[in-house]
Amino acid sequence: MKSIRIAGGLGFYGDSWRPIKASIERGNVHYVASDHLAELTLAILQKDRQRDPNLGYTRDHAPMLLDLLPIAMPRGVKFILNAGGLNPLAAREVLSGALQKFGIKLNVGVVLGDCALERLDELQAAGVSLAHMDTGEDIANVRDRLLFASAYLGARPLVEALDAGADIVLTGRVADAALFLAPMMHELGWRWDDWNKLAQGIVVGHLLECSGQATGGNFGGDWRSIPDLAHIGYPIAEVWENGDAVISKAPGTGGRVNFDTLREQLLYEVHDPRHYLTPDVDVDMTTLRMEEIGPDEVRVTGATGRPAPEMLKIVAGYGDGVMGQAMLGYAWPDALAKAQLAAEIIKQQMVEVGLKAEETVIEYVGYNSIHGPLADSTHARDLNEVYLRIAVRCADKKEAAKLGRLFPPLALSGPPFIGGAGGMIEPRGLLGIWPTLAPRSVIEEYIRVSVEES
Amino acid sequence: MKKQLVELAHARSGDKADIANIALFAPDQATYDLLIRKVTIERVRTHFEGIVTGKVERYEAPNVLALNFVLHGALNGGASRSLRSDALGKSLSSALLRMEIEV
Repeated sequence: MKSIRIAGGLGFYGDSWRPIKASIERGNVHYVASDHLAELTLAILQKDRQRDPNLGYTRDHAPMLLDLLPIAMPRGVKFILNAGGLNPLAAREVLSGALQKFGIKLNVGVVLGDCALERLDELQAAGVSLAHMDTGEDIANVRDRLLFASAYLGARPLVEALDAGADIVLTGRVADAALFLAPMMHELGWRWDDWNKLAQGIVVGHLLECSGQATGGNFGGDWRSIPDLAHIGYPIAEVWENGDAVISKAPGTGGRVNFDTLREQLLYEVHDPRHYLTPDVDVDMTTLRMEEIGPDEVRVTGATGRPAPEMLKIVAGYGDGVMGQAMLGYAWPDALAKAQLAAEIIKQQMVEVGLKAEETVIEYVGYNSIHGPLADSTHARDLNEVYLRIAVRCADKKEAAKLGRLFPPLALSGPPFIGGAGGMIEPRGLLGIWPTLAPRSVIEEYIRVSVEES
Repeated sequence: MKKQLVELAHARSGDKADIANIALFAPDQATYDLLIRKVTIERVRTHFEGIVTGKVERYEAPNVLALNFVLHGALNGGASRSLRSDALGKSLSSALLRMEIEV
């Protein structure tokens, strides 16, 4: 029975591609599928594009491919990346330029049509409400502040690019798991209504899309038992024509693939596991089985699928103020009490300088900055050190910057024994996320695929 | 006798806009049955007071011995909008493991 082997690439923009080398050199993979886009990433790319209309893609794609192609090309390994972000054409232009410099000729495909920002009027005219899909809020409340709106596309246009001979496929926003489903559809002869096979394909993609989170990274169980995280292997899937799959990693790499590491990833960012909605299939994860069949080898079978949803998800982002933040550390004894006094001083001074904050968050790093009100106060009185962190949300950068300027005087004129006065932190724009739905037909009408030699 | 969930289970959390999910994993069927009885929607809602502002849902995935909690309004508006240190809610999983249940 025919099978293909797919390597999980990056899990986000800024992730390491070093482990992908092991998957190519020792994992016998045919494809690398790489997820560069978190919800947060589009916000970052939007800021890039505001500065320079030729940006808006994740700029790690060319360096990563130039590093990996010398080992990938002799083995015929192909790449599927959503590194196009908000600007896949610019991503291809930059990549093609880089490939030409090294005399590398490859077919580079791009998938266009996920950007929906310019089409929102048209969508609303066609009767699509674009209301917030979680809260039902009217989009009118944020409409004039929207900075991007990207629809989650399915695997079909990616398969079209592979069918047209693409060695590298660059997309914008597509469902993360679709990056992995595409090579399965291209190679294994599945039909688009083989719902159970599509479901298996999506589950495999979902397991692989977050790099080391499938192989023992960020593992909430016995994390001490995970060997050699410094040289972690990213996940590899072998998928057969009948939909069965085995998840593993390259020999000689660190990390761990077992029932526990994989079931943590299975439900990562999932809501209802009986209806994991993707553009290509509605997946039921509760019918599947995961069995350990060898060291770092888990067989995954039995996911089931129902017909793909009629509505596709759009994630839009809107400007929602600017964050100013500042930190200062206090030493034992009474570190927390000193940091709390410093917070009181800053709060009074915020009022006196007229700092207009729409929201203020006060955290004590080393005590409650991560668990907030759930932090255990048992040892609060005898902490070795505590950092005060204050963050404010303001209307603009100028206002937010006022907070940082209140902190340095605390060094000489506040409670005693400070450290870590590390200079001012630049205010940063905040983006609200607006998830919404639109009918598949009006989104897919705009999809375009183009494959060109570099 | 009371036990903290950290002694009984492991967990991972993730973010989607202003919604976080926490999947709680049992080591065996008996513990899973116990978690189903004790880690209710109501207990989780109370546990996360001051962090989670919206409703809490619970889904069962018995094939992987997991309960999946979906917490609405859990992320101070979402990762790119949050003022919190744990903007992504990656540590909400461990915060759930602080919960004590009768065993």
